[in-house]
Amino acid sequence: MTALQPVASAVEDVVPAPALDEAPLLTRSSTREDRLTLVGAAVGSLAMTWVLYERLLPFSGSIGFVVGWYVVFMAFYAGLTALCSPAEGRPWPVVADRLMSTLVCAAPAIVGLALLSMVATTVAKGMDALVHANFYSTDMSGVSPSSPYTAGGIAHAMVGTLIEVAIAIAITLPLGVTTAVYMAEVGGRGARVVRTVVEAMTALPSIVAGLFIYSTLIVRVHFPSSGFAAALALSVMGLPIMARASDVVLRVVPGGLREASYALGAGRLQTVWRVVLPTARPGLATALILGVARMVGETSPLILTTGASTFMNKDPFHNPMNSLPLFIYNAVGSGEPGFETRGYAAATVLLAIVLCLFLFARFIARPRKASR
Amino acid sequence: MSTLTATPPGEVPPGDPADALPRPRVVTARHSRQDVVFVNGVRVVGFLVLAIVGSIGVFLGIQAKPTLSHYGLRFFTEQRWLPSEDIVGMAAVFVGTVEVAVTALVMAFPLAFFSALFITDWAPAWLRPVLIRAVDMMAAVPSIIFGLWVLFVVQPHATRVAHWISTYVGWIPVFKVHTDVHYPIWNQSPGYASYEGSAFVAAIAVAMMVFPMATSVMREVFGEAPVGEKEAALALGATRWSMVRTVVIPFGRSGIIGGTMLALGRALGETISVLLIISQAFQVKPNILESGTSTISALIATDYKEATPTQLSALLTCGFVLFLMTLLVNTIAARIVARGRSGAGTEI
Repeated sequence: MTALQPVASAVEDVVPAPALDEAPLLTRSSTREDRLTLVGAAVGSLAMTWVLYERLLPFSGSIGFVVGWYVVFMAFYAGLTALCSPAEGRPWPVVADRLMSTLVCAAPAIVGLALLSMVATTVAKGMDALVHANFYSTDMSGVSPSSPYTAGGIAHAMVGTLIEVAIAIAITLPLGVTTAVYMAEVGGRGARVVRTVVEAMTALPSIVAGLFIYSTLIVRVHFPSSGFAAALALSVMGLPIMARASDVVLRVVPGGLREASYALGAGRLQTVWRVVLPTARPGLATALILGVARMVGETSPLILTTGASTFMNKDPFHNPMNSLPLFIYNAVGSGEPGFETRGYAAATVLLAIVLCLFLFARFIARPRKASR
Repeated sequence: MSTLTATPPGEVPPGDPADALPRPRVVTARHSRQDVVFVNGVRVVGFLVLAIVGSIGVFLGIQAKPTLSHYGLRFFTEQRWLPSEDIVGMAAVFVGTVEVAVTALVMAFPLAFFSALFITDWAPAWLRPVLIRAVDMMAAVPSIIFGLWVLFVVQPHATRVAHWISTYVGWIPVFKVHTDVHYPIWNQSPGYASYEGSAFVAAIAVAMMVFPMATSVMREVFGEAPVGEKEAALALGATRWSMVRTVVIPFGRSGIIGGTMLALGRALGETISVLLIISQAFQVKPNILESGTSTISALIATDYKEATPTQLSALLTCGFVLFLMTLLVNTIAARIVARGRSGAGTEI
């Protein structure tokens, strides 16, 4: 089994990684002239922008300054590069290369800064509530939104999220994986129909899934809005996603392994159970955990299907049940500063949960050295 | 698997020249009982899921009937959504949905495109897996957190940018704001539109949501660009950008288009971050910087509770239209991405 392990560590890992082949391309190092051109353009454009922006033009504001600096920097960098290039050569290819390089490096930097800012502000704004232990152990029953942070917490929301997601996993995981096995391993015309419909339904927006459960289960059948209804809405949303993700993973299991298994006399059940699923296990785990992470953070179906309670409710079939995304939504909409802080603290907890799920998925999907 | 499929003897292709040649051997397989149980059990579950999942689409489609019989075709042209007077129509929310999604895509596309290029062709080898993981992780961040961040951190800056744009390029209809641009942002004269809660601000949150999806699709396709051709371009003296322009981008064109469309499909259905940010207004307007817009998903989230049964089916019809839009976009995207892939490489 050892030989099979690296084959399907995760979906993206199956695609041959070009990293090793490319390494020789990246060996060129920048000369001192390159670095000085860059530094010179940066410093010169900063000074130029300051003069233009702060002194001459009628603009103000930090965003405008940074954008202006970037534009002037591009111009300076292009000009300097053209000046430095050898006289007989055409400077344009090098100038274009450098300009595009600044663009290509700026894009991930912007997104990275945005992510950092998002995490930092979420944690910072929720810090006042996060530092109290009761935030994790008590619920909000009898606690007014303006109470001090030493009273009340989000235990009810965490338990609610746990119960709802657990029910949704219990529904979607077996059904999703079995459907994927049908689509990828059994095949045939029926499987193609199932695959087409399942792929189409992955496009179902989560709010529509929530509205579906609301208008059928709650309005027509008069099922109380409860944790179970929310779990069903999450399942409706998650089932096609889970089935499709598992199908993609199962399909990249090399056909040669199956043929080897059949050649050794194994039946279909044995092949799936002993060869295909173990080979796909890490990729499958990753796909499913990412599906779970998506369900944990989903808010919109919950708004429709379960009212937000302030008290601990461990019964998914009766009474409203709160959950982390719903708690955040209500807290932020309340307009009460203390309650908003609790919302940010809950957002931090939610972010941490998603992060842990993600790290757990990476941990499971890591290439294993020892054989089982 | 092919070794086990039972070929009936009649299906051996007849033909005159083939008679002389040895006939293909007919392979038959007898499945053991546990295999029969397994295959049929799995098939039953597969069709069960088909029934569950398909019935949702059918149910949504059926809801269009009471809506149309009650509101008529005016439902698709009416801008207002006044449940108390029973005047509902989806023209405004439809346009708003498309506006927010397209604006988000205009912001997300360059970021995703350049980030994907950075990951495949600019980043040093040790950084590459880190960035890939980071993008994957960003895809799992709950949208409500992006919504919060944009609402409280980005919006104050975004309104200033919107003010600047509407002041200087307001003559383009899309950027026009029906207000006096010489008033400061925080002190609009009453009755005039402000800059907060606009489609533009909501699109920032949606752009953050769809960025990881677009980036990972593009990154995957760029990563499959033939190394030999890249090296050949560099060996001929191409700069890195020339190499990317002549080898990687033509090769990855399907991924660029497909990834963008997948992101569009996701952007259309985005609910909670849009709901947090926009100030709802049911009016078809092409001014993305002006306060007040609405999307189908935000409409569903706010109006489901007070809806009468016919209005509920009207909401479901809106949901169905939204679903059809995302379905159409996703299907086209999947076709484009699949056509670009070679499909080889997974077989031993």
